[in-house]
Amino acid sequence: MQITLSVNGESHALDIDPRTTLLDALRDHLDLTGSKKGCDHGQCGACTVHVNGRRINSCLALAVMHEGDEVTTIEGLGEPGNLSPLQAAFVRHDGFQCGYCTPGQIMSAKSMLEEFGNGWPSNVTDDLTAAPDFSDAEIKERMSGNLCRCSAYPGICRAIRDAAPDEGMHKTEAAE
Amino acid sequence: MTEHLKMDEVQPRLLDETTQGAIHRPMPRPEGPLKVSGRATYAAEWKMDNAANGVLVRAAIPKGHYKVDASSVEAMPGFLGVYTDRMPRNAAQGTMNTNPAQIGDEIQYLGQPIAVAVAETFEQARDIAAALKIDYDRDDDVAAGPDTAQQVNEKDDPFDQGDLDRAMADAAHSVDATYTTKGHNSAAMEPHAALAVWDGDKLTVRASLQMLGYNRNELADSLGIDAENLRLLSPYIGGGFGSKLGISPEAIAASVAAKELGRPVRVVMTRNNVFETVVRRTETRQRLRLALDADGKLTGIGQENWQSNLPEEPFAEPVDLATHFLYAGANRRYGQHIAIVNRSAAGSVRAPGEAVGMLALENAMDELAEAAGIDPIDLRVANIPETHPENGKPFSSRSLAECLRQGAEAFGWSARQAPGARREGEWLIGMGVASAARTNILQESKARVTLNPDGTALVETDMTDIGTGTYAILGQIAAEMLGLPPEKVTVELGDTDLPKASGSGGSWGAASAGSAVFLGAKGIRRRLAERLGCTPEDLRLQDGVATGGNNRRPLAELMDAPLSEIGHLETGAKSNDVHQAGYGAHFAEVAVNTVTGEVRVRRMLAAMAAGRILNEQTARSQVWGGQIWGIGTALTEGLDHDPRTGHIVNNDLAEYHVPVNLDVPDLDVIFVEERDDDANPIQAKGIGELGLSGAGAAITNAIYNACGVRVRDYPATPDRIFSHL
Repeated sequence: MQITLSVNGESHALDIDPRTTLLDALRDHLDLTGSKKGCDHGQCGACTVHVNGRRINSCLALAVMHEGDEVTTIEGLGEPGNLSPLQAAFVRHDGFQCGYCTPGQIMSAKSMLEEFGNGWPSNVTDDLTAAPDFSDAEIKERMSGNLCRCSAYPGICRAIRDAAPDEGMHKTEAAE
Repeated sequence: MTEHLKMDEVQPRLLDETTQGAIHRPMPRPEGPLKVSGRATYAAEWKMDNAANGVLVRAAIPKGHYKVDASSVEAMPGFLGVYTDRMPRNAAQGTMNTNPAQIGDEIQYLGQPIAVAVAETFEQARDIAAALKIDYDRDDDVAAGPDTAQQVNEKDDPFDQGDLDRAMADAAHSVDATYTTKGHNSAAMEPHAALAVWDGDKLTVRASLQMLGYNRNELADSLGIDAENLRLLSPYIGGGFGSKLGISPEAIAASVAAKELGRPVRVVMTRNNVFETVVRRTETRQRLRLALDADGKLTGIGQENWQSNLPEEPFAEPVDLATHFLYAGANRRYGQHIAIVNRSAAGSVRAPGEAVGMLALENAMDELAEAAGIDPIDLRVANIPETHPENGKPFSSRSLAECLRQGAEAFGWSARQAPGARREGEWLIGMGVASAARTNILQESKARVTLNPDGTALVETDMTDIGTGTYAILGQIAAEMLGLPPEKVTVELGDTDLPKASGSGGSWGAASAGSAVFLGAKGIRRRLAERLGCTPEDLRLQDGVATGGNNRRPLAELMDAPLSEIGHLETGAKSNDVHQAGYGAHFAEVAVNTVTGEVRVRRMLAAMAAGRILNEQTARSQVWGGQIWGIGTALTEGLDHDPRTGHIVNNDLAEYHVPVNLDVPDLDVIFVEERDDDANPIQAKGIGELGLSGAGAAITNAIYNACGVRVRDYPATPDRIFSHL
């Protein structure tokens, strides 16, 4: 099938098998291998990308469904020498070891901070009518769709908290 | 030139004399910017025009024989071929160095790889693999688990010292209890992948592997080719934890198909393939016996274990590895029974042996402390042996008591109350402790170090970085020795064309490959000292300037061409004459819900002693990983097998529960200052598996302290607690 995908602000014309997932289109057809395939079943979060500003598991989406959508991948956030605040904080706090889940963690964290900013509640939010606290429990709950077998979770949380102000989150007093 | 050392004698602590300040301090990973921006290229991601895609076909029966009918799929779009030749039954065991079992048309477990379907695209290959007609000749005589196994292999020479039965009968206090652990999967985030390319007789394979030197021989042997004709490349590896120690089916399948088709072939495992065809950690049943006299001294220890594996698979989980040396006691007995079953192969998963053996031992020690009315830390400290209790060898550095004491102080152990005493609403709160121990091993390693006149340096070795921090620490060691800022050192890894190192596994990589880099740099220091006119002992290198013998010269004035040395480390007498291990102590505070039986870990602290810490940041991350794997083994992780077929039914990341972010509280790590002079010339010991050893037992011991329920069957899921509340 002929489709056009808009990724990181660039338009790409593709001739693609309709069975191709958005993840495989990015990795195998556009050479954007930063989005990772950890399970291919929406269980691990390594493939997280943004579609029209929202985080999704790209392994659960077919590429042909996203004609006309704006897709952002880890390659669109920053590059060595010009890292985004979250990317730089992940390096500083060792928010990864092997690095395979990391692009998904960062894409997920970026969306998560926006969801916070918009006042979205989570499963651990006590008061659904008030703005959620930027607490560790909230961060951890909202990041629990991204598995890390190296188990860098403490570094991931520290990196997110550190980068939050520079990613547009207001500084909060919640304890580490 | 080569700087060679056989580790027969204690070496001077040169890294305490150098002044660059590159070693030990926390330093972010140099490859970090590539990883966080998605630019680090993993095995499946190398772009190769004309590469075909292969998908593994799995056996749908647990036992019998099979024949594929390729004609059933030949007409499907994109079909290129279906290959069964040389397909291994499962991955090779770590350090096997030969081919894994290749059993032709025989099937021994459900999920066994039996063919690879190759097509132009992944989508086509996946559908061809699913549609392929396979004729099975089914054998219904299946041993689905240890209970129905007809063959049980006993260990040839069970260790028996003194009279354990007598010690148990005479004991003032004793424990005789049986513990069980379910099987585990490594579940590294990157599924195994290989891209194979032939050029005449020469084969190049990009794959995700932990030990390239061994893997090269294993793949060559599997294919029947000369290892000299094979090059492996693994610069980035998305986690290993034992699963990538040995060559695995996708690499062999890709190589066979690429040869047949005359074009590159990529084979990437599905997550189900990873669970089924690599290696699982065996389930275990363990009988622990501990005998204590009236003075609080252990007089006897027994650990007998039952586990399972496939026929002829050369691996047994060394369940009692740490029990042999951790505690004193004159009367000791061990035994091992391996049921031969139709389940996936059992092999090394992070900390083989201690990961499950220490769950049982340290849980039993907690039971013994309770029975004797002794604080669990006092009981452990009082029973630290003078020398190895079974062979009398001296120990190298061993800060177990310091870890227990310093950890207790930092954790606030003195606030621990009697079981059931601390309640917060519907939650009961408790604290637990466990010792950690992991045998320290050194392996032969080589690395080439090159110093350039412009004050940069290059480290080259076939060593791997599976997330453990190899890129960082090898650069730091070279920088410290050569007096350069670490950012001036480039580290090249993961290529069998480079000098052969130990590989990553058994927690020996940092010390073994690190020592090789140390030696290479030491050779360069010797040559710089000659040029400066001083002795190597008097040479001081810092920030690109050499000082010694009343001379002070920038490196550029001492050399007009690069200086290159190969460091070559060999194990020596120290590996045999002295018993070496890393030690530590784990502390956990948990909350147990009295309504549901749910356990939440509130905080954990690990006090670790592993010789010289090369990079505090990457070492801490390794310990965090161990602690969190401890949470998994204690609370959530366990392979479940179909009782009819032996098949792993929870063969994905939705049903096999690795800890997620919300399962993990913030974690404390303390490093107890230590140098291990007997271990190697950099006085460092492994830490990656030490962090897991005992961690889960601290959690179940905390569960007991919280609610009085003694969990002996791991993992401690709510159903195993609730019914006893």
